[in-house]
Amino acid sequence: MKKITYSLNYRKPKNSYNNDDELMVCLRSYQKLNNGKFRVVKKSTGIKCKLKDWDSDWHKSVARNPIKSTDENFLEKNRILKDKSIELHTKLTSLFLGNVKSDPKNKTTSPDSTKTKQNGRGFLLDSRVPPGPIDQKWVTHKNNIRLVSPSNKREIDIIVVGTGLAGGSAAATLAELGYNVKAFCFQDSPRRAHSIAAQGGINAAKNYQGDGDSVYRLFYDTVKGGDYRSREANVYRLAEVSANIIDQCVAQGVPFARDYGGLLDNRSFGGVLVSRTFYAKGQTGQQLLLGAYSAMNRQIGRGKIKMYNRHEMMDLVIVDGKARGIITRNLINGKIERHAAHAVVIASGGYGNLFYLSTNAMGSNVSASWKIHKKGAFFANPCFTQIHPTCIPVSGDHQSKLTLMSESLRNDGRIWVPKSKEDAEAIRKGHLRPIDIEEKDRDYYLERRYPAFGNLVPRDVASRAAKERCDEGYGVNKTGEAVFLDFTSAIIRYGKEKAHVKGLNENDKELVSKLGKQVIKAKYGNLFQMYEKIVDQNPYETPMMIYPAVHYTMGGVWVDYNLMTTIPGCFAIGEANFSDHGANRLGASALMQGLADGYFVLPYTIGDYLADDIRTGKISTESPEFEKAENSVKEQIDNLIMNSGTKTVDYFHKKLGKIIWNKCGMSRNEKELKEAIKQVQLLRKEFYQEVFVPGNAESFNEPLAKALRVADFLELGELFAKDALEREESCGGHFREESQTPEGEALRDDKNFSFVSAWEFKGNPAKAKLHKEKLNYENVELKTRSYK
Amino acid sequence: MLYSTIFKKASMAISGLFLIIFLLQHFAINITSVFSGNLFNQLSHFMGTNPLVQFVLQPILIFGVIFHFVMGFVLDIINKRARGRRYKIYKGNSNASWVSRNMIISGSTVLAFLVLHFYDFWIPEMDYKYVKFLPENPDRYFEELVHKFEDITRVVLYVISFFFLALHLSHGFASSFQTMGFNNKYTVLVKSFGKLYAFGIPFGFAFIAIYHYLNH
Amino acid sequence: MQLKLKIWRQKNGKSKGKFETYYLNDVSPDMSFLEMMDVLNENLMLKGIDPIAFDHDCREGICGSCSMFINGEAHGPDRLVTTCQLHMRKFKDGDTIYVEPFRAKPFPVIKDLVVDRSSFDRIQHAGGFISVNTSGNTQDANATPIEKEDADNAFDAATCIGCGACVATCKNASAMLFVSAKVSQYSLLPQGKVEATNRVLNMVKQMDEEGFGNCTNTGACEVECPKGISLENIARMNREYLLANLKG
Repeated sequence: MKKITYSLNYRKPKNSYNNDDELMVCLRSYQKLNNGKFRVVKKSTGIKCKLKDWDSDWHKSVARNPIKSTDENFLEKNRILKDKSIELHTKLTSLFLGNVKSDPKNKTTSPDSTKTKQNGRGFLLDSRVPPGPIDQKWVTHKNNIRLVSPSNKREIDIIVVGTGLAGGSAAATLAELGYNVKAFCFQDSPRRAHSIAAQGGINAAKNYQGDGDSVYRLFYDTVKGGDYRSREANVYRLAEVSANIIDQCVAQGVPFARDYGGLLDNRSFGGVLVSRTFYAKGQTGQQLLLGAYSAMNRQIGRGKIKMYNRHEMMDLVIVDGKARGIITRNLINGKIERHAAHAVVIASGGYGNLFYLSTNAMGSNVSASWKIHKKGAFFANPCFTQIHPTCIPVSGDHQSKLTLMSESLRNDGRIWVPKSKEDAEAIRKGHLRPIDIEEKDRDYYLERRYPAFGNLVPRDVASRAAKERCDEGYGVNKTGEAVFLDFTSAIIRYGKEKAHVKGLNENDKELVSKLGKQVIKAKYGNLFQMYEKIVDQNPYETPMMIYPAVHYTMGGVWVDYNLMTTIPGCFAIGEANFSDHGANRLGASALMQGLADGYFVLPYTIGDYLADDIRTGKISTESPEFEKAENSVKEQIDNLIMNSGTKTVDYFHKKLGKIIWNKCGMSRNEKELKEAIKQVQLLRKEFYQEVFVPGNAESFNEPLAKALRVADFLELGELFAKDALEREESCGGHFREESQTPEGEALRDDKNFSFVSAWEFKGNPAKAKLHKEKLNYENVELKTRSYK
Repeated sequence: MLYSTIFKKASMAISGLFLIIFLLQHFAINITSVFSGNLFNQLSHFMGTNPLVQFVLQPILIFGVIFHFVMGFVLDIINKRARGRRYKIYKGNSNASWVSRNMIISGSTVLAFLVLHFYDFWIPEMDYKYVKFLPENPDRYFEELVHKFEDITRVVLYVISFFFLALHLSHGFASSFQTMGFNNKYTVLVKSFGKLYAFGIPFGFAFIAIYHYLNH
Repeated sequence: MQLKLKIWRQKNGKSKGKFETYYLNDVSPDMSFLEMMDVLNENLMLKGIDPIAFDHDCREGICGSCSMFINGEAHGPDRLVTTCQLHMRKFKDGDTIYVEPFRAKPFPVIKDLVVDRSSFDRIQHAGGFISVNTSGNTQDANATPIEKEDADNAFDAATCIGCGACVATCKNASAMLFVSAKVSQYSLLPQGKVEATNRVLNMVKQMDEEGFGNCTNTGACEVECPKGISLENIARMNREYLLANLKG
């Protein structure tokens, strides 16, 4: 189905007309509503056309027009038709998305509306997923969306905020297509974006191993892994373009691991049944990012990308309802700058730093996403956060950042805590060593609770189980928040195998242990070394200590199938948007999504929007909208600098992190979520009264940059808790204590919560208004995950 | 291209290698003085009178020497400038050898030695042949040599200089290969041979000086 | 433990800068060096002193932001780590620690310990890429097998994080290790061989224009490199550069 079609206005049966009769051309727009019905708008165009000049097959190619060249004025007539259709398209878009309230026609009540008491409005968000079978959607969509000609692309500017995998690849591709790109990052070089820290790998449905992998299987695994809270069509598209990513990256010179035959190697990841993960040792993210960075470099060298390093986006500028530019702050000299463009792409990553301690980089922040949210973009599923089970535990109050240990360690390590609290206490105090605890006194709780998957249960399950044990008082480090990850049995197993192969004595304990350690070293040497550097313990001799930490945020800015937010002209890609991972992300899928969005999705879909802008001309930065935005940014900065408080920014950030981690962390309940909302509100108030920002606004001032970011986290924190409160089910990373099985497992509620929560900003987070996008699963069956 | 770092470095390497080869030839002739004054005289006479050596090879050699020194100083100035403000604390020893970091010092010492050496041998030689036009005497070379090493100060100076030459060579030899782009499985061999050469030849020269001092 | 810190303070690129002395008590050996700096900064701010500016981001040794010259060594006394991975247990109670920015003409100081390393970016703009369109219409990833050894060597060169420790530690402030790592990565792969000649010429030209010093093969860069990038890369670049010039 096309959004908008042309037709002739027949007033009597078709066959009663002859070829020379003139008929009026009409525009029809079909809008699929969530109850499955269509809304049709029909509009006359004032253009007449003879029956013989009518090209009824005009929709078969983008190059064809409805009126054939046999008509004298076909050029003029077609141009008018096109303009009218664009006009109608824009009008409908803004009617349907921007002003939901003011449009009386939208009172269509969905059959499910009774269940959404607080917002009687029902499911209103339109994801604009194209119709048709799932494996045809993207192809058909690409064939039908509007394009911008090369000569017009030269006249169009695009702003990209963030230069990680998504932003970097998008900037490079858009520039290569011919658009003028301005790219912004807060780091001193695009190469330092936090995508660089991804370790494991990138999934792609290449089926090089011939183990039965396919696009459908990758799609299915991702939807299931996301606990059925992601948008089917987006995930399928992601799986579809995944294979292209690998081709692209190899062509760019990304040195993926290869086998001795010279072909690409794969590893298996995160409990999936096939080997589809491509990797470059433990530095896949780095290599992929450097690939995207090199593609950017090529375009920077050609002058198609203008790069702004050490610039932070401070606000979005909306002119006539469309995103037309941003306000930035130069982090070196504090200058506030205006940048205009025809479209703005947000690729600023996730908001894990809301928790203060996370595996995110110190500078990772929500500000760009939050600023567009405040200007009208809906924020989807903020409470969906991934907590990774294998991180190095917190060692003290000075801790600034957590370090991830690759998930692959769970393949060989066994997780345990002592069976008795006395032993745990003795270990915490240093009176006992872990190796002093006898086998029978150890509680391998994952193996006990989940005999089928054991230590290899998904991330969310493993994390919750660790927290449960530590909360009960079985934690094993000074802070009581750590469990053991023990490689002893793996060392013995491998050692015996090795001894057997070499024909040596399998009962010689020392020999077996030595051989086993060699095998473990070959597999995880760099991780063990990293652990030793940080903790100063030798993990070959004593078990590692691990604890869960915040790692990734599945939630983000709401986008439609074209990756456009609810602000026309403002797009969100990569971790910044919400679309592909549902309530839980599978390992090695984040890199895939970032690159898919940047290289292969956005560059096509943005054209559909920009086709309207070919005659707009340069956007001026002198408009009152820019003036206003700049002034409000300056005012916010001045307020922070002038504030005569006594507490540092980190004081507030740490406090916020503690509230969110303790009350909205791995398990959540109504009482604590309500408390969290209150506490965040109070903390925010205190922040504006008590915060002290040293220095001035016109210089390199890191505390100021931090204060501006923390101010946004303080608002997001409240929405985060509110969203978690609203979602009275457990799914993926979101565990509500009220919604669990008698055995304490997560209980999903598909009947009532099979939707995306998209929040509209209404002045402050407390007033945020919930919109829902219903999730329909036509190609996978909803099942309960079980790992017992 | 001529102004590029790598080309400048390569020209240092080539001129250095050329001087290393010259050193070998110089040593081969000098060592004969230890066991046969006659042979030494014959060879020296040949080198001193052969027009090819005198008017083609000698200017090339002199050019090579001057080029190597001038370029060395130029590079050193450029390198110092590239740092800008100096570090207050700089632990060079922790990551690189003294020799590799101080080629300019060992090189300058060798240069100072060359001045002395030219004053000792080359200038009198030029004076003898091309200024005063004294008649050629094929047997004078050995005597001159022995005569020079009667003075203990000179011998000590020479031995010290040879020590610095050894240091200079011990980095320079392998380094020139690296600069020319040669770094593979044979590099270990180059490095060991370089060390052997770097200490062997200067030791030999020192031996000649001491030998003549002790024996005459 | 107690520490005496002598830290380089410089208001901005134009001001002169000097060492300031600070004392810090109760430093835990489990702290990372940057966490120690965080604590110091909190203390300074509460006393009304401008905190010390330094670059940092991922704090797990991969982004390459952190750049401190600690007690005369780039990234401090530990090997194969960046400043953010350096832990205080490498120091003793009562130690005096000198902290300076990475110093080189092409790395001008922005403030305190923050330097501007955009010269590295400009070298990459000159040729640090393979000219392939990002359309996805490339040949299948397995169409050209690559010998495992070449792929592994290319990977080893590609692990460079662009932190600038090689320049900081080199007595000549030479950027050869950084540039050669990039040149090597591409020239080892068949995809990158096509434009290898132009790449090495352009990147070296840009490197020289930025004002880096000359390589004198001291090998300090290899020792201080947090990723252990090998000197072989420099030899490879020299070779490629000289051959490229011979080709004309």
